Amino acid sequence: MAYVPLADQDDAHALHDPQSFVTKYIWSQDHKVIAIQYGGVAIFVGLIALGLSILMRLQLGFPDTVSWINPAFYYQAVTMHGMIMVIYLLTALFLGGFGNYLIPLMCGTRDMVFPFLNMLSFWFYLVSVIILLASFFVPGGPTGAGWTLYAPQSISHGTPGSEGGILLMLISLAVFIIAFTMGGLNYVTTILQARTRGLTLMRLPLSIWGIFTATVLGLFAFPALLVSAIMMGFDLVLGTSFFMPAMMELGAQNDHEGGSPILFQHLFWFFGHPEVYIVALPAFGLVSDVISTHARKNIFGYRMMVWAIIAIGGLSFMVWAHHMYVSGMNPYFGFFFATTTLVIAIPTALKVYNWVLTLWQGNIRLNTPMLFAIGFIFTFVHGGLTGLFLGNVVIDVPLADTYFVVAHFHMVMGVSPVLVLFAALYHWYPKVTGRMFNETIGKVHFWCTFLGTYAIYLPMHYLGFLGVPRRYYEMGNTDFIPETAQVLNANITLAAIFVATAQILFFINIFWSLKHGEKAGGNPWGATTLEWQTPDTPPKHGNWGDELPAVYRWAYDYSVPGMDKDFVPQNEPGEEYEKNAHHKGA
Amino acid sequence: MSFYRDVTRKPWNTVGLPEGIDPRPAFNMPNEKVALIIFATCASVLFSLLVVSYFIRMTVGDWVPLATPTMLWVNTGVLVLSSLCFHFAVLQSRKTGSVRFGSGAGLLSLAGGLLAIGFIVGQYSVSAQLLAAGHGLRVNAANAFFYLLTGIHVLHLLGGLWVWGKAQLRLALGSDAKDARLSLELCAWYWHFLLVIWAGLFYLLIST
Amino acid sequence: MAIAVVIVLLVVGSVVFHFVSPWWFTEIASHWTSVDFTINLTFWVTGFVFVAVNLFLAYSVFRYRQRKGEASKAVYEPENARLETGLTVLTTLGVAAMLAPGLFVWAQFVSVPEEATEFEAFGSQWQWAFRYPGDDGQLGTADIEHITETNPWGINPDDPNGQDDRVVKKPYMMLPIDQPVKALLRSRDVLHNYTVPQFRIKMDMVPGMVSYLWLTPTRTGVFDILCEQYCGLGHHIMRARVEVAPADQYAAWLQAQPTFAETQEQPDADIAAGQQSFMVCASCHGQQGEGNPQVNAPKLAGLQPWYIDRQLRYYQQGIRGAAEGDQLGAMMAPMANTVASPEARANVSAYIATLPQSPAATTITEGDPARGMRIYSANCASCHGDDGKGSWATDAPALAGMDDWYLATQLQKYRDGVRGAHRDDDYGYQMTSMVKAMRTQEQQNDVLSYINTLR
Repeated sequence: MAYVPLADQDDAHALHDPQSFVTKYIWSQDHKVIAIQYGGVAIFVGLIALGLSILMRLQLGFPDTVSWINPAFYYQAVTMHGMIMVIYLLTALFLGGFGNYLIPLMCGTRDMVFPFLNMLSFWFYLVSVIILLASFFVPGGPTGAGWTLYAPQSISHGTPGSEGGILLMLISLAVFIIAFTMGGLNYVTTILQARTRGLTLMRLPLSIWGIFTATVLGLFAFPALLVSAIMMGFDLVLGTSFFMPAMMELGAQNDHEGGSPILFQHLFWFFGHPEVYIVALPAFGLVSDVISTHARKNIFGYRMMVWAIIAIGGLSFMVWAHHMYVSGMNPYFGFFFATTTLVIAIPTALKVYNWVLTLWQGNIRLNTPMLFAIGFIFTFVHGGLTGLFLGNVVIDVPLADTYFVVAHFHMVMGVSPVLVLFAALYHWYPKVTGRMFNETIGKVHFWCTFLGTYAIYLPMHYLGFLGVPRRYYEMGNTDFIPETAQVLNANITLAAIFVATAQILFFINIFWSLKHGEKAGGNPWGATTLEWQTPDTPPKHGNWGDELPAVYRWAYDYSVPGMDKDFVPQNEPGEEYEKNAHHKGA
Repeated sequence: MSFYRDVTRKPWNTVGLPEGIDPRPAFNMPNEKVALIIFATCASVLFSLLVVSYFIRMTVGDWVPLATPTMLWVNTGVLVLSSLCFHFAVLQSRKTGSVRFGSGAGLLSLAGGLLAIGFIVGQYSVSAQLLAAGHGLRVNAANAFFYLLTGIHVLHLLGGLWVWGKAQLRLALGSDAKDARLSLELCAWYWHFLLVIWAGLFYLLIST
Repeated sequence: MAIAVVIVLLVVGSVVFHFVSPWWFTEIASHWTSVDFTINLTFWVTGFVFVAVNLFLAYSVFRYRQRKGEASKAVYEPENARLETGLTVLTTLGVAAMLAPGLFVWAQFVSVPEEATEFEAFGSQWQWAFRYPGDDGQLGTADIEHITETNPWGINPDDPNGQDDRVVKKPYMMLPIDQPVKALLRSRDVLHNYTVPQFRIKMDMVPGMVSYLWLTPTRTGVFDILCEQYCGLGHHIMRARVEVAPADQYAAWLQAQPTFAETQEQPDADIAAGQQSFMVCASCHGQQGEGNPQVNAPKLAGLQPWYIDRQLRYYQQGIRGAAEGDQLGAMMAPMANTVASPEARANVSAYIATLPQSPAATTITEGDPARGMRIYSANCASCHGDDGKGSWATDAPALAGMDDWYLATQLQKYRDGVRGAHRDDDYGYQMTSMVKAMRTQEQQNDVLSYINTLR
């Protein structure tokens, strides 16, 4: 029962193809269109957040250049930059974008199991983005509470945007969570239920494992954010005291009593820490596939990689209070959370070893996606190791709330996932568009991004050691910060402007190549996974022509001994065997 | 499915279709039901976090417990009846193999939904009574939690009623029975879930 | 190829940067050297991993890259259980080596020694206040509900333990060297944080509860206290200083601070005497304190007594008006000396508070109040109030109805560092920073024209 590729018979299948432009590209229920819609909106808001970060950096590096960056605006920029990057860009792009595109293709299905819900998910996401952006235009502007929105400061008078801005922020988050839940149910159900024949769990590519686990984390973690957003909304609008304690505002006591700010932090970080892995796990998965494909070698220790993803996912719910060592919570919690936090480093380290060991004895093709993937390994090692500082409770005490923290999480949660995003965007670009991108521009883009971001964040750690606090509009006079710190700040800003400018190359590349790129063909990388085996490139509605593919082998049959080609697609039948002699692993 | 057995396999050692020709979903049930179970798990996380918050907030000194109105017992009874209706509707539909508007299972499910609406109206009037008696949201965090917990529970029920309403409409228009049976089973399942959640919340409210 | 070389260079560069970097922890001033030890240990462990993994990465890329014209094939190796187990064990050992000392030090952090003396730091948007136990060695109870203008600490007036507490209402505190101290931390409004970089430790201050930290200062000197938990608009200008001094010097300083009871027993100001003193002021500032632009004398009527009092003290002590380039301020200094005693200052301030007030004439006509409103309500209103009437809670003077030309000259002085730069100007540095909300003359005119509408 061999699968016959249907490359030339694409018009024959009897799916209900949407005909009009509107049903095809706007109200589309096709996972690929939804993925591109998700990705487009996410990148668009991401660019806004990037712009905000440049304004922040200008204030820090070259104060007085932009006359309208006042303290209130600075804090609003900090807040919106963080919130957009973490939630509306990274979460949406990895799961809404790559999740949507790759799940049905890698699982060999025609679409998500609930296409209508999938479409709704995107439109809710768009609404949440519009509400978020609307907060820039309300009186008082967007909230300047910091992306953590700590109560009671986020809804009290002394914080910018504490009237309209914060309310829109909370509503936007609630709508986003609804959007995510609709999408997430789809992703999980599709992966669990709709895999094509032969595609057992352990034959899934790591991308799917990463996206799957991240989605499960999201489904269980976002309720915590929803709960805290609702309760904060109650405090703000209805005057309840869930989080709002009795306190003074401009010399008058407020109407609240007994609310617990620490409770908010627990709820927030019960969401917030898994959120780190909601972003990181899909990145781990995608980069594994990029590395394996371009190293022409199976991913080393596939089983360990799967177990590590599951272990990280599970542990990520047990570490949240490491963000709260100095929050005033019972300090005895520090023992427990320091231990769990350092334990989670073990599976994470194993993933890094396995990526490097995949390269070892490989046949490495150093093209743009692979360069981004290697860059990711480097920055992720750096960011992961600095995490061992902050996770260890006593080291966190001097470093908490300094630029060390900023540098650490940007390295591990900003630069690293973004490098994977670029690796993945370049890697799957030929499949999405049918054309190759320009390799030279791609490489220049890599070098600018990789070296530029390292020039931003390596020195930033040292500002943190020095004790420069984060979320400061300006440092002002102190006895302990030398003048030279400003030199460092100015250089960091220059590097940031350089990196931001270099992203133009990416957009030039993808838009130019859309028209002028070389035709890519169905499987330009010689990859094994199913999405590269579609009868059409880009895949048409329904993905697979008349017949769904069957899967005969695991996702990483690269350079199999005794084969002519250095890869065997998952849907290529072979002589059936188990534990074949020349095929044994460890 | 043995998850443990699956993830300890060495997948590179096997080529072919070891589990046969057919696609193998992880759970032997309709996709909609899988999604519903996952959703119910998410909702349980949401409610458990609310309950945990309730307990943490309770330890602050200003907490004055709210005397639970007796009418909540009546509402609870209505919700139990509603759930029972759905339960018997499912049993009935399994026996006769079909669901038709205005008879047997159809009638029972109609009653179940209407009882749920009754429950919501009851919850609303409890809130109205409490507000009239001066137990406003701002008075004490215990009150605020009462409205929050009952409100979010009712919102979940409204979501269920939307699906129920669509199913009833389809039944009234006489659409095919397989869809209707699935909707009915999902509604029943979801109603039982929300009943359990309510039981937990109700116990929390009367015991503290 | 290039990537392998670059990774090696980055590894070498990072290590070199680390060793030559002049940016490093400040010299420690507390007994928490064990924290520094844990950091250094972690540095060695993680540094080793950083170098080893990345060099191996670079070597793998270099060695196994595809080369033009050379056919090569990757090795097929799905897994290697022994290697993976070995790496797991090694990583676990490394993690344990970092965690164990960390937990050991944390155990010291959570257990405060018996002999530690207490002090209280009280944070508010965006100021500090401090309190030390009196001779009974016990701090009185305190609560938000007791806070008034005269009792900004919220000390329970009925608690006998609180009466002899030494209270400090300025951003300055002292600690004795080599004596373990426990800081009790409270907040009046939002979350704040008590950080002294040289002490190595920090802890949030949470409204509604008391958090703590402890240390033994080991080095004399004056150190900055920073707020390191974002607390709203003025987060970056919430500063104080702590001086670590020998025990006798500390004791003398403490004795000089008023007790809580003393602060509550201030006699009422003598308004008649104040009126007498005001004769001198009236010659420039006018009989009704209405001000006189011709002699650069601003309107005084409408300013809060505590503000007048503080500024007079600043003029007397050379904190204000003594800076180079402040000719007008220099004229005020000798005048302020006519009310040199605290009582005389209080009297004249109280008298000025009784003067009838009518809004000053508007002199700034250019400027767009709508644009000014946006800047004002975002940046100024948090302290000076939406109505521009100021507040004792933020030590912010009234702006509404005051002379706009005077506000303009003062903003310029803050901008030039002529006012507010003196170390003992407790809150002047806050304006030095916040004036950056109006970087251009145009913005300043917008804001002033908006303030002119608030009357």
